[in-house]
Amino acid sequence: MNYGNPFTARTQLKLSPFFERTSELNESQEWRRWSGYLAATNYELTHENEYFAIRTKAALLDITPLYKYIIEGPAAQPFLDRLVTRNIGICKVGQVMYTPWCDENGKQIDDGTVQRLTDQKFRITSAEPNLEWIETNAIGMDLTITDDSKTTAALALQGPNSRAILNIIASDTLDNLKFFWMMETRFGDIPVSISRTGYTGDLGYEIWMDPKDALSVWDLFMDKGKPFGITPTGLQALDMARIEAGLILLDVDYISSRHAIVETRKSSPYELGLGWAVKMKKKDFIGKKALETELAQGSEWEFVGIDIQWAELENHYRNVGLAPGLPGTAWRTSTPLYKGNKQVGYATSGCWSPILKRYIALAHVKSDYAQSGSTLDFELKVEHYRKVTPAIVVKTPFFDPERKRSCP
Amino acid sequence: MSLVNKYDAIVIGGGHNGLTAAAYLARAGKKVLVLERRYVLGGAAVTEEVFPGFKYSVCSYVVSLLKPNIIRELMLPKFGLELLPLESTFTPLDNDYLLRTADEDQTYREISRHSPRDAETYMRFGPLMGQIGMAVRPILETIAPNIMRPSLSDLGAMKKLLNHFKTLSNEQFEYLTKLMTMSSADFLDEWFEFEPLKATMCSSGIIGTFMGPRSPGSAYVMLHHYMGDIDGAFRSWGFQRGGTGAVSMAIARSAEQFGADILTEAAVGKVIVKNGSAVGVVLENGDEYQADKVISGLDPKLSFLKMVDESDLPSDFVTDIKNFRIRGSSGKVNLALDGLPNFTSLPGDGPHLRGAISISPSYDYLEKAYDDAKYGNFSQEPYMDIILPSVIDPGMAPPGKHVMSCFVQYAPYDIKGGWDDQKREDFGDTVINALARYAPNIKDIILHRQVLTPADLESTFGLTEGNIFHGELTLQQLFVMRPAVKWANYKTPITNYYQCGSGTHPGGGVTGSPGEMAAKKILKDW
Repeated sequence: MNYGNPFTARTQLKLSPFFERTSELNESQEWRRWSGYLAATNYELTHENEYFAIRTKAALLDITPLYKYIIEGPAAQPFLDRLVTRNIGICKVGQVMYTPWCDENGKQIDDGTVQRLTDQKFRITSAEPNLEWIETNAIGMDLTITDDSKTTAALALQGPNSRAILNIIASDTLDNLKFFWMMETRFGDIPVSISRTGYTGDLGYEIWMDPKDALSVWDLFMDKGKPFGITPTGLQALDMARIEAGLILLDVDYISSRHAIVETRKSSPYELGLGWAVKMKKKDFIGKKALETELAQGSEWEFVGIDIQWAELENHYRNVGLAPGLPGTAWRTSTPLYKGNKQVGYATSGCWSPILKRYIALAHVKSDYAQSGSTLDFELKVEHYRKVTPAIVVKTPFFDPERKRSCP
Repeated sequence: MSLVNKYDAIVIGGGHNGLTAAAYLARAGKKVLVLERRYVLGGAAVTEEVFPGFKYSVCSYVVSLLKPNIIRELMLPKFGLELLPLESTFTPLDNDYLLRTADEDQTYREISRHSPRDAETYMRFGPLMGQIGMAVRPILETIAPNIMRPSLSDLGAMKKLLNHFKTLSNEQFEYLTKLMTMSSADFLDEWFEFEPLKATMCSSGIIGTFMGPRSPGSAYVMLHHYMGDIDGAFRSWGFQRGGTGAVSMAIARSAEQFGADILTEAAVGKVIVKNGSAVGVVLENGDEYQADKVISGLDPKLSFLKMVDESDLPSDFVTDIKNFRIRGSSGKVNLALDGLPNFTSLPGDGPHLRGAISISPSYDYLEKAYDDAKYGNFSQEPYMDIILPSVIDPGMAPPGKHVMSCFVQYAPYDIKGGWDDQKREDFGDTVINALARYAPNIKDIILHRQVLTPADLESTFGLTEGNIFHGELTLQQLFVMRPAVKWANYKTPITNYYQCGSGTHPGGGVTGSPGEMAAKKILKDW
């Protein structure tokens, strides 16, 4: 339909190669921007079925907007080992590693996955554009860097039924594909790569393909996946799932050190709960010195889960004659955490978890107050008045089903 | 007798309330044994693969009233509680339909297609019922006091409730009074005009009850169903992944983790009473178990007229239990389907198949269905509350196939001539015919049919007279009167013999509440 406005969605924002299908399926016509793309907020008028598809059936998400770079050449592995904090030297062909990367001061720039496609060829994904950072650090090295963002389309198929669907469609069985490994296979005559990765903390896969095959692959999934409850899923449901899985989101839970403006906005991987991904035994990598110092001295902040206690929260609402009024979707408003009268942290994203039946959030907490089991006060607005209600520090992930890692 | 057979507490019946009581007692460090007669746990909250590959939530089929604090305290999500949203209600009509969904705007538009006034009123009605639910909740959460001879804590509880009622708004008080006394039809007439909307809404006032929509008292049953507490906020209904039995299994696993022992195929024959005090149970196979406390999760008729001898009970109490109204009024038809039903008024697949499907076109339809039952027949055109579990949870049936759960009313326990195989099949046929009126393809896609009459509910699940609530939820059988005056606090006239089933306060539904409150009372008394 033409309303006489030349600035339609088609001209303002990038469209994914799946847009022809997703735009038809999006009943709510609610869209968000994701890396300059139009991305479905939810397909149905409410996100609930999509959320439960992730946790109990199979959710199909268009993740094409991810930034993707191909790094290829004899120096690709040594270069990546310098760039990121994980040990890429031990990453085998067909393996995938989740990793943060930092600036020279050990402050985190971004996080993503590194796929080892061949001995000398890698794909790295990121939330923000990183081409300039990658190129700057690769000067003089024997490798090529290609922006793969538009040349590879990607879908995520997440949820307990995802393997069953892929086993019907793919030429090879997925039964032996382990968590954070990938394989090459075909859907009929369409070549695809499948990695057992995702942003939901559930059994799930990401499917990487040539954009020209995008619509055929989408149609295959929707057709063969129907008896397994496949559900096109938007970002609102994904946001809840990733909070349950304790997975951080750039620009929500932390700010890239390259855009932070002020020092206090920056975080190190240790301060984001990613200490496990910093491999100090590696020879050298960007930010190592600063991170060594931080490791020796201890970090100022920790990134933790908090469990906002229901009974007390309910009392706050009962006192004003109301049932608890929680948002039905994930929130992203920085919310203060106190110990006594002193603010000791802030929660950056949270949601009511329908699967756990708990009100959970991810939070930055001063290290002295971040021990698991300690109680903090979470700020809450009840009928326009500020209150505090107890929240207990817990380990993440909140939700970690066995099926995420297991093979049949 | 070996020491192995000595427990702190024995729970008779592995239904969801018995399991809840056991879990709470085990959680408090007691050595607990649950004895279940059937091969499977759950009582009426059970999932069974009656036909290969197809899982039926055989009796109870939706969950909304399970108490949030029980979910938290027993850590049920960790043990498999997964409640999927079931948020549309579809009422097929002969040439049209009514569809209410989780989306306010969509529902407003759909209702206003039939009545713009109702569409507006509807937006106010839900929140109001939520507020009334909040007003009633403290009653549901109070251990019913002995009003004849109140203890100190009973007096405290009564004072607390009085204080609570002082805080209610005039509006809350007015509607609460009306809901306690009126018929659901009369109550809804004050609000709405579109007949299929009213009929569908009032149907929750007759579920499980031997009353029609125009019977006074049915409004309370409607309120009872409005107190759905899913997700902590006042919300609508949900479907447990894997069927309602998975709720029971989650509670059972929680109980086991707290140290409870659970035995199936262990039918209790009798409670052993010595000098007016329960000291154990004897199974039908002769095995004996000793315990300091014996707790019955069975309905009041079984708990007091079968598990113990009348001579062990005061005669006025026996009279009360005999008078306790427990008439079954409903049956259940579970179907395995080769495909989806195709509704003439709204053909094809769609959101209308993801929620409740209600065969309730008008008050007259429901009242006539009740008339049949009053005179000893099953309804020729029955009320039905239907869901398609496999649409919500594909794991309930093989890929591409479906299961359908039909709650059917009315089917009186006392049917003329008594229930037999022929009547059961006739009842099944009547249900399919009533369904075929709206979805004609149903007859062609049935792979298997399970028909449960009230007599079957009694013989298979131990629900006396087939009553799904262990006794009607009518005013004279609630709170301090459930199941009998003086004995509404989970105690019984027999020392150390307690009750924890749906026949106790606050009544039926998959709430876990009677089990929880009974356990808390027992622990208090210990």
